[in-house]
Amino acid sequence: MSPEPAAAPPPLLELRRVSKSFPGVAALEDVSLELRRGTVHGLIGENGAGKSTLMKIVAGVCAPDSGELRLAGRSVRLSSPRAALAHGIVMIHQELNLMPSMSVAENIWIRREPLNALRLVNHRELNRKTRALLDELTIDIDPATEVGVLPIALRQMVEIARALSYASQLLIMDEPTSALTERDAERLFAVIRELKARGVGIFYVTHRMEELAALADEISVLRDGRHVGTSRAGDLSRDALIRLMVGRELPALPAAATAIRGPAALRVRGLEVAGELHEVSFELHAGEILGVAGLVGSGRSELAAALFGLTRRTAGSIEVRGTEVTLDSPQAAIACGLGFVTEDRKDTGCFLGLSILENLEIAVLDRDFVRGGFVRATAAREACERMARLLRVKTPGLDERIENLSGGNQQKVLLGRWLLTRPGILILDEPTRGVDVAAKAEIHALIAQLAAEGTAVLMISSELPEILAMSHRIMVMRQGRVSGVLERAVADQVAIMELAAWTRA
Amino acid sequence: MDQGVEPAAPGKSAVRPHRLPPEAGILLVLLALALAFELLGWLLVGQSFLFNGQRLVVMILQVSVIGIIAIGVTQVIITGGIDLSSGSVVALTAMVAASFAQSSDALRAVYPTLTDLPVVVPVLAGLAVGAVAGLVNGSLIAATEIPPFIATLGVMVTARGFAKWYTRGQPVSMLTDAYAALGSGVVPVVIFLATALIFHVALRYTRYGKFTYAIGANREAARISGIRVGSHLVVVYTIAGVLSGLAGVLTSARAISGQAGMGLMYELDAIAAAVIGGASLSGGVGRISGTVIGTLILGVVTSGFTFLRIDAYYQEIVKGAIIVAAVIADQYRRRRRLTAT
Repeated sequence: MSPEPAAAPPPLLELRRVSKSFPGVAALEDVSLELRRGTVHGLIGENGAGKSTLMKIVAGVCAPDSGELRLAGRSVRLSSPRAALAHGIVMIHQELNLMPSMSVAENIWIRREPLNALRLVNHRELNRKTRALLDELTIDIDPATEVGVLPIALRQMVEIARALSYASQLLIMDEPTSALTERDAERLFAVIRELKARGVGIFYVTHRMEELAALADEISVLRDGRHVGTSRAGDLSRDALIRLMVGRELPALPAAATAIRGPAALRVRGLEVAGELHEVSFELHAGEILGVAGLVGSGRSELAAALFGLTRRTAGSIEVRGTEVTLDSPQAAIACGLGFVTEDRKDTGCFLGLSILENLEIAVLDRDFVRGGFVRATAAREACERMARLLRVKTPGLDERIENLSGGNQQKVLLGRWLLTRPGILILDEPTRGVDVAAKAEIHALIAQLAAEGTAVLMISSELPEILAMSHRIMVMRQGRVSGVLERAVADQVAIMELAAWTRA
Repeated sequence: MDQGVEPAAPGKSAVRPHRLPPEAGILLVLLALALAFELLGWLLVGQSFLFNGQRLVVMILQVSVIGIIAIGVTQVIITGGIDLSSGSVVALTAMVAASFAQSSDALRAVYPTLTDLPVVVPVLAGLAVGAVAGLVNGSLIAATEIPPFIATLGVMVTARGFAKWYTRGQPVSMLTDAYAALGSGVVPVVIFLATALIFHVALRYTRYGKFTYAIGANREAARISGIRVGSHLVVVYTIAGVLSGLAGVLTSARAISGQAGMGLMYELDAIAAAVIGGASLSGGVGRISGTVIGTLILGVVTSGFTFLRIDAYYQEIVKGAIIVAAVIADQYRRRRRLTAT
């Protein structure tokens, strides 16, 4: 170690004028940042602002075109993720990089398994080391568990444990809570605070302002590949940060109109799905936004799947506008005027590889734009263009592939797909997950407008601020049952969490 | 990206270089191969490879049958599936069609009372058998959700067995002239190109095509969008079966006999043609125009080697290398597309 001046030890990592461009786009321009030991450095910006590119550079996934990285005061070149690892830099990806069919211990120590005298893997030692590591983080998982059976929250903990097993001093977390419930996020935060106390520096990329308020020591804002500012947490208000991110004012969350309840659009009685839902009964009115809150696994998405005919219900009745319906297939649901924006854009929403046009038109193609088997391409394109304009999808054209859009714009396309069906009842599962702040505001405004025009909206969300701001009423689910319905006037986070929380036996 | 939420101004998209159709690359490969053979032809054999109308017709004729199968296989691949049964279905349909196409002077006709039938009877019989095989493929895949690889592997073995069982291994010969005419001259070439045109249009301009791509791109999203995924897959595999049936009819007409050993490994050539043409085994991607070019590449390699009087063994070695190179190129393209975002 070189002698360090006591007054100002060099930061753990210093980025100096880093630039990177991809064919046709400047992803990063002249970004300079510092990360100090034992701090959490929040990184925010809209999708496409360059956060991921910056983090990939730090993690050695891609090399900067120009600029310098200084680790503990010394200039380094990180030519590969392995090189970064050797310097104690570990990235925890948004999509977890674990091998589901292998055990927790095997995942953590892959390539570094303790061997016995015969050069075979010493499983006892492997599990013991894992146990010790997990205990340090107060994570209660059996090291021999297959990762595939763990819920996402625990898999994330396994990732973190793996990162620490490399004796890492710099951790990069990209949207670590996007798939976590509030409670699991709290556990994650506790682990992060523990890491901070040990002197680990953490880059924390997120869309969620609340988390930065709770965790970050410093916050840097990126916009269009440029570093537009860094401030100590708490120095800038939420609104000021958002202004920095988007470079303009945002409308506040639209306050839901005081409920003028229309006739019941959807009436569900005693809905049962074996092993998933029990005695679910509720009403959803035309013009109403019914928020559905609950922890992950509480049956919210299962309810959506059952309503949309994706799973077979074992008992119960469903009425749409006063008529009992079977809804045993998506076709039947669509015919009854239901639309469904699913929770997972990549897995069940987007047709990646296909164009925006093909993604938009698919649900109404057969009904509106086919004559004698042939697609009326012009009519379909016109309708989709109108929809894309209405939703302000940011794209050079409808023939662009959907994977080239940002998360927010993809979500708008998926909404557009269902709006084209002119649904009377719209089911939205996590409509703004992984969507940047500006697009989020637009989507919220759109949902409010749809409701105002008479659409009945069932909105599932893990973000309580979203639920509270948008809903006329809030239905809380727990263990496959409706544990309560709150009127907007009396609902707050505490009331919802009380209804949602598991009581462990 | 900074101003405007509206669709970007037209000037903006001009930054992006003009996009060539995905077939452009593979068309270049075809031309390069043809030119290479042309050059080698003058050097080694002293004649032109390309400027020989007869050779070109024979070349396309040789791959027409593969091409017809590949058109069906392409559609299966677009859905994210695979069809290994085509070659065996060719054999089975060749046997069945031929058995209804025997002339009255056949010595041991399969159906002695059913000879000298009008040519449409054997053709329809062949197509029907192909349809049934495809229907079995599709139904197995849709109803049991076993992987297409396994389902069609089963049908592949079974169909070959049926083909042998049908006449206890005996070839079916002495076919009518009208039937034999189907396989002679440029008839197979015309049928190949017509089939290609029909399915090119079907994939690009019809609901059938849109749904086929959607299922391959994201099966679950397709289901949620209201597409009856199962029954659509049955249709796609049935079409592939009918096209294999058509190939079986043409094969037997051209050979003027039906033999249980026909169509051996045709499924692999057809898959190769589709993959060389840009179809992606992960689904959602593929075009008939690409498959036609892929088929022609196989044809050029085959007839080019014959033309240079090079041993047939080398042919297969080169063919294998081309298939692998095509897939590597495809993955490289895809990776570039992903990192560009």
